[in-house]
Amino acid sequence: MNIYVLMKKTFDTEEKIQISGGAIEEEGAEFIINPYDEYAIEEAINLRDEHGGEVTVVTVGDEDSEQQLRTALAMGADQAVLINIEDDVEDGDQYTTSTIISTYLKDKEVDLILAGNVAIDQASGQVGPRVADQLDMPYVTTITEISIDGEEVNIVRDVEGDEEKVQTSLPLLVTCQQGLNEPRYPSLPGIMKAKKKPLEELELDDLDLDEDDVEAKTETTDVFLPPEKEAGKVLEGETDDQVKELVSLLRSEAKVL
Amino acid sequence: MTTFLAFGEARDGELRILSYETIAAAKQIDENAEVVGVVLADQNTESLANEMIQYGADRAVVVEHDNLKEYTSDAYTQAAMAVIEEEDPDGIVMGHTSAGKDLSPRLANKLDSGLVSDITNVDGGEFVRPIYSGKAFEKKTVKDGLTFVTIRPNNIPPLEKDESRSGDVNAIEVDIKDLRTIIKDVVRKASEGVDLSEANIIVAGGRGVKSEEGFEPLYELADELGAAVGASRGACDAGYCDYSLQIGQTGKVVTPDLYIAVGISGAIQHLAGMSNSKVIVAINKDPEANIFNVADYGIVGDLFDVIPKLTEEVKAL
Repeated sequence: MNIYVLMKKTFDTEEKIQISGGAIEEEGAEFIINPYDEYAIEEAINLRDEHGGEVTVVTVGDEDSEQQLRTALAMGADQAVLINIEDDVEDGDQYTTSTIISTYLKDKEVDLILAGNVAIDQASGQVGPRVADQLDMPYVTTITEISIDGEEVNIVRDVEGDEEKVQTSLPLLVTCQQGLNEPRYPSLPGIMKAKKKPLEELELDDLDLDEDDVEAKTETTDVFLPPEKEAGKVLEGETDDQVKELVSLLRSEAKVL
Repeated sequence: MTTFLAFGEARDGELRILSYETIAAAKQIDENAEVVGVVLADQNTESLANEMIQYGADRAVVVEHDNLKEYTSDAYTQAAMAVIEEEDPDGIVMGHTSAGKDLSPRLANKLDSGLVSDITNVDGGEFVRPIYSGKAFEKKTVKDGLTFVTIRPNNIPPLEKDESRSGDVNAIEVDIKDLRTIIKDVVRKASEGVDLSEANIIVAGGRGVKSEEGFEPLYELADELGAAVGASRGACDAGYCDYSLQIGQTGKVVTPDLYIAVGISGAIQHLAGMSNSKVIVAINKDPEANIFNVADYGIVGDLFDVIPKLTEEVKAL
């Protein structure tokens, strides 16, 4: 089975966000694999181990993205593809990314594509479904279970807390939700092996795309931090009095009860 | 005059509140726009369409078909595209719900359009949306294609219902077929109690709740408040509750009017999911807990002492 994983690098979840020059300051920040994409990588490896085939991890990024791709290879993916757009695209959006990915995939033999259901930075959740539509492939979002039997695929997906059981078939794109699996940490032998695994680097030219073909359809006009919160009021006295005061404050001051 | 489609969303035969929020959002984007309510469902579409009109839509378009009983990407795409082709709108507003998140990127792709997802505010022609799980915000515009947005539930208030309003309801016939995904079953886990994403009040528990049984007092308080119950990742990882309740960077991002954090230390990943709530109450026995840094009101104490007393106090209102 030919399995592809769409990966994005994101800020480490512990990072504080700072803004400089109207954009998020990336200098010095730690980057990680988007946590939802880790579920996709883990599931791809498990499905390959069960059904055979190869796992290829694809990312659209810059030369620093190699680090996250090597981590995916160390987890157990077979090969990686870095589509480096650093020199060609200044302000991409989800249209940009999905068009690049689907152009890369359109002449490949693809059985299954896995992606995170959302990236924790831009959090639009658009790229997976856009890629599937561009490849005219069915897709199922926010999956928490998948089993494949021949062409038939049975999936459990999370729908705002409810579980939906879905039947569909390959080829297919799915986006992964928390609960699907527990992503492994790369082992030391895995890390050693990963250094020798193939990592292909492409640019837009190699895909016969130019900048205009992938020009963003949305524009970011401002980036700002939420207003600083004033220090809160810690209540004092006996529990009974604190509780009474809290309810009274919520009614009269905050007006939320 | 511009035309905006405001997509309603039916669940169990009734429209979700965010259906009306899409109408209000369309009016905020362009106050002179003609807002067309859209209802896609397997039955009862005309009465749902009239609800959309009473909440401010100028008229409505419906597609009624057995294949629209449950949301599937293929069936809803066919129905939505038929409506879009008929109306040729300037803009589209949908809820950033499970269905909206699944459907909107595909429609945007078919329409060769930009899409601004998960907006919380309309500021002229610009849309405000949280990024980095609410640690920052950005303003976006669509520069190519339709003015196409999805709105985060519970952020843009609906217009007042006006039962005297009336308008045209146009039913479109669509032959919905060739579905590549089939829903075999739906297991309702979240239907008990209030939906987290739409809740005005949330009572959330963390590791300090200590056990599954420890959540009982939180549910009792939530019942009295008409609130939803949520949890931190710590509580979910420890097995005290289902992951469907998780609030945070992974999990749900919520913005209720009142968020009561119980036994939650306030890790940055949890704050990312709730720090934009209007009013935050923290109840924790550790006075140094980070949650107090974002709380408007705090009680330092044992939650098993505080919560039952709080429930009694609310009951007495």
